[in-house]
Amino acid sequence: MANDTDETAVDGPLPVVPFLKGADGQDPYLEGHECGGCGAIFLGERTTCSNCGAMDQMVAKRLSNHGKLYSYSIVFRSFPGIEVPYISAIVDLEGGGTLKGNLIDIEPDPANLSFDMPVEVVFADALGRKDRDGNSYLSYFFKPAA
Amino acid sequence: MSDVYVVGVDMIKFGRFPDRTVPQIGAESALLALDDAGLKIQDMQALYCGNLGQANAMVGQRILQEIGQTGVAVVNCANACATGATAFREAWMSIKAGVYDCVLAVGVEQMGKGLLGGAGGGAGIPKEGLLGSGTMPAVFAEAGMEHARHYGTTFEQFAKVSVKNHHHSTLNPKAMYQIETPLETVMNAEMISYPNTKLMCSVNVDGSAAAVLVSEKKAKELGMQRAVRIKASVLASDPFTDRDLVMPDVNAVTRIAAKQAYEMAGLGADDVDLVELHDCFATAEILHYENLGLCADGEAGRMIDDGEVALGGRVPVNVSGGLLSKGHPLGATGIANIYEVCTHLRGEAGGRQVEGARIGMTHVIGLGSACGIHILEKVA
Repeated sequence: MANDTDETAVDGPLPVVPFLKGADGQDPYLEGHECGGCGAIFLGERTTCSNCGAMDQMVAKRLSNHGKLYSYSIVFRSFPGIEVPYISAIVDLEGGGTLKGNLIDIEPDPANLSFDMPVEVVFADALGRKDRDGNSYLSYFFKPAA
Repeated sequence: MSDVYVVGVDMIKFGRFPDRTVPQIGAESALLALDDAGLKIQDMQALYCGNLGQANAMVGQRILQEIGQTGVAVVNCANACATGATAFREAWMSIKAGVYDCVLAVGVEQMGKGLLGGAGGGAGIPKEGLLGSGTMPAVFAEAGMEHARHYGTTFEQFAKVSVKNHHHSTLNPKAMYQIETPLETVMNAEMISYPNTKLMCSVNVDGSAAAVLVSEKKAKELGMQRAVRIKASVLASDPFTDRDLVMPDVNAVTRIAAKQAYEMAGLGADDVDLVELHDCFATAEILHYENLGLCADGEAGRMIDDGEVALGGRVPVNVSGGLLSKGHPLGATGIANIYEVCTHLRGEAGGRQVEGARIGMTHVIGLGSACGIHILEKVA
């Protein structure tokens, strides 16, 4: 017997954020929007640049999967049900764009982390989290690059 | 335009008051500030009220329902942790504009315990712990680690901020806590978000603070003996910076506000005798020594090491105990730090008095972002 969850769930994972494209295919990527006026890069679609004010000059841009660790915190206390510790990382991507995400595949210890260490963007299931309709999600993560 | 003066200002001792209402908590400091000015609620021509938790619930009017429904204009303000400073500044502007001569500003908050913030709301699934962290301890840890990246600032230097502010609070009977916390105690406390331990996070408390602001004409009428002149009142929002989308930039917004405040006051950072700044986390305080021009960029770590920002130092910072130990009732904080500075300028700060203080600065940051800065001057 089908339940409500099955009826409303869609095929394939949904993107964890709107700027993660191709979540249900073989080639997921992160998309920025670059201002034709000043070059500022935004995450997600928009029409007006909040840096220079240019209108209708945003161009979609595939963001790099390579970047460098800009800053971080190691989170030991979070909300109930959230597994700790984990590394909350700020990463500057090659060619522009800055993202926040979890840095995985490395012990969360300051001794292991150095500013500007190379990291790579990887795509994987969103830690098993599902929405109320039972949909699963594809998320992005950072891991140390070789 | 008339100069604007503070002629009455006070705060309640911060604490936890689950059995009282927000208007009751706000009314208490309003009455204290009116008493301090020797005035009554019937003398107030308007009320500017700052509160965040009940921003949609007419807190200002409900305060008047506690202490006197005089029919005056009431404006309710919400601006994250800059809420109190915003209410105060609206009051200042109303007098600058020549609309009123005598108005009341109140900031009040009733807080729960626990973490504030959290990454990504909205549709889909929770993002906290998936796309990094949006909790306040983590956000300000990341801001502190940016400073570490640039200047090599250490966990120990960040922790020293908390040692200093907890020490200061032992001299402030209105602080939530009066407890010494030695360096090892701070560093060995529960790690919340590296490098911020629990003792490096501000205390969620209930509290209120209030001020009576008047025109020069009214101040002369009342007597200038304890009046404090508002030399600058500035509010700034966050400019575009490259990482601001994912990493709120508390530096750029503070620098804009500080520059404007010094220009408005016709003063420089060297003229400032004490500062109450937004130490919501120990990491944050370090950033603002530089943002406010108290030292050159890269010198903040040395400043805390050398004790320049401690009571008795070159420019004491957060002698009230700061948000770290006095407590941080969000909407009240921006007026409570004005109370602290005024108390020093009046020479009434007791054991924590900054001797000879003539000029003081207050600073708050509301993440998202707003920065409120006031520069205050002793008159008599």
